[in-house]
Amino acid sequence: MSPAPAAIDARALAKRFGATTAVDAISFAIEKGSVTGLLGGNGAGKTTTIGMIMGLIVPTSGAVSVLGVDMASDRYRVLGRMNFESPYVDMPHRLTVRQNLWVFGRLYGVENLNARIDELARSLALEPFLDRPAGSLSAGQKTRVALAKALINEPEVLLLDEPTASLDPDTADWVRARLEAFRRARGATILLASHNMGEVERLCDRVVMLKQGRIVDDGSPRDLVARYGRANLEEVFLDVARRRDPEPWA
Amino acid sequence: MSLGAATLSGFSPARVGAMIARYLYLLRSSWPRLAELVYWPAVQMMTWGFLQTYIRAQAGASGVSGPMAVAGGTLIGSLLLWDTLFRSQLGFSMSFLEEMWSRNIANLLMSPLRPLEFVAALMTMSIVRLAIGLVPVTLLAQWFFGFNLWGLGFVLVAFFVNLVLTSWALGLAIAGLVLRNGMGAEGLAWSILFFVLPFACVYYPVSTLPHWLQIVAWCLPPTYVFEGLRAAIVAHVFRADLMAEAFAINLALIVAGGAAFLALLNSARKAGSLLQMGE
Repeated sequence: MSPAPAAIDARALAKRFGATTAVDAISFAIEKGSVTGLLGGNGAGKTTTIGMIMGLIVPTSGAVSVLGVDMASDRYRVLGRMNFESPYVDMPHRLTVRQNLWVFGRLYGVENLNARIDELARSLALEPFLDRPAGSLSAGQKTRVALAKALINEPEVLLLDEPTASLDPDTADWVRARLEAFRRARGATILLASHNMGEVERLCDRVVMLKQGRIVDDGSPRDLVARYGRANLEEVFLDVARRRDPEPWA
Repeated sequence: MSLGAATLSGFSPARVGAMIARYLYLLRSSWPRLAELVYWPAVQMMTWGFLQTYIRAQAGASGVSGPMAVAGGTLIGSLLLWDTLFRSQLGFSMSFLEEMWSRNIANLLMSPLRPLEFVAALMTMSIVRLAIGLVPVTLLAQWFFGFNLWGLGFVLVAFFVNLVLTSWALGLAIAGLVLRNGMGAEGLAWSILFFVLPFACVYYPVSTLPHWLQIVAWCLPPTYVFEGLRAAIVAHVFRADLMAEAFAINLALIVAGGAAFLALLNSARKAGSLLQMGE
């Protein structure tokens, strides 16, 4: 009996922008139902990798598949089973939160859409501002709305690019709790790009460490901390960032 | 790359409807956007309408026939049809640009929305915005100057179809350029048609142009429409031949515009610019 296909399977994935190599032939497979962190400093290639997984960026070479579907040739077969959140993306400001969620719910073909919006409004505490324009919300409220949009279709694969960037610690903690609850309830696969070590340590079963577009290490947060002989993931990150890392992971 | 093939399969009217609802929500939420649709066509029509009244009076008083009489008789019609072309293209482009301004484009391109569905919604919105802007102005033209555009009947349908097809072809190309080159290309949405204006012979017959420019003019579908308008108003003749030729060129333009849009979208995906749009 062959093993179940990985939720995300990247094979020798590379992206060059002119003379700059943003992602350098990385390979990894992410198990269904797991939470994996892509960890790395600025310019490590996290956002480019996520962009290629989503199909918004075409790889220079290599391939990536999601739920067994090749993203370069067949992405529309699987986009309805995925979703994402990114600080680089916003939602129409003049539409109310409810209108935005309704539009995206229709785009994703969500059944019983009004009930789903009500459910998200309750679980993400959107009710007080559900009928306010999205542009009038605070940063924390906007993040919750973006998360609601990312969860509207109950995605099997959820891609998150720094989901708590620019949030205060309380709101960030609240968002992490909701992500944990979603994963528990739905068994979703989550890929999380972040340089927030606490977030990665708390949420992720596994961490893929990127540096200058290459995978320099890979393991569970606990294993990485032990391997580097450090107290926490932040110290591991600093070790890697300052090139005091051990031999590259193979 | 299967982007082109993906546009032709799995078309969902529900997703098109969702996008149309998104644009209608936006229009409904912003009275300046609605006012802007009517304001400028109305101002233009009034200005040119009074000019037409003046020219016609002068031509009549001096017993002039020929070009002056033709110009006097067709100014408002030409203006309304030019605005049909311009507003239709602007309606397509503005709806698209709303996604760029709100940094929403990556959300859409990451969703199951197919490029053809997106384009279908933009085309629908160009008609909606055109209707909001131009229907009141045509009524004003009738009220102030006695010019009944609707009285052209089937001829108007032929003009309308050809002008709208041209506007969509241009809108597709502009949208592709903005996707590929970012908001630096945004100005094309307002300016590109004004490059066409002198060669499309909106306010004067094609014979006015030097011979070599006439060749250029006959490559542009609007030229056929405006020649057809002059034939309809002055000679009371429907030039079906002109409309058929314009339609044939428009089909080629739509195919070229669609191909350019898909190629530029694909190029933007290769350049990795879609996630950063709007910034």
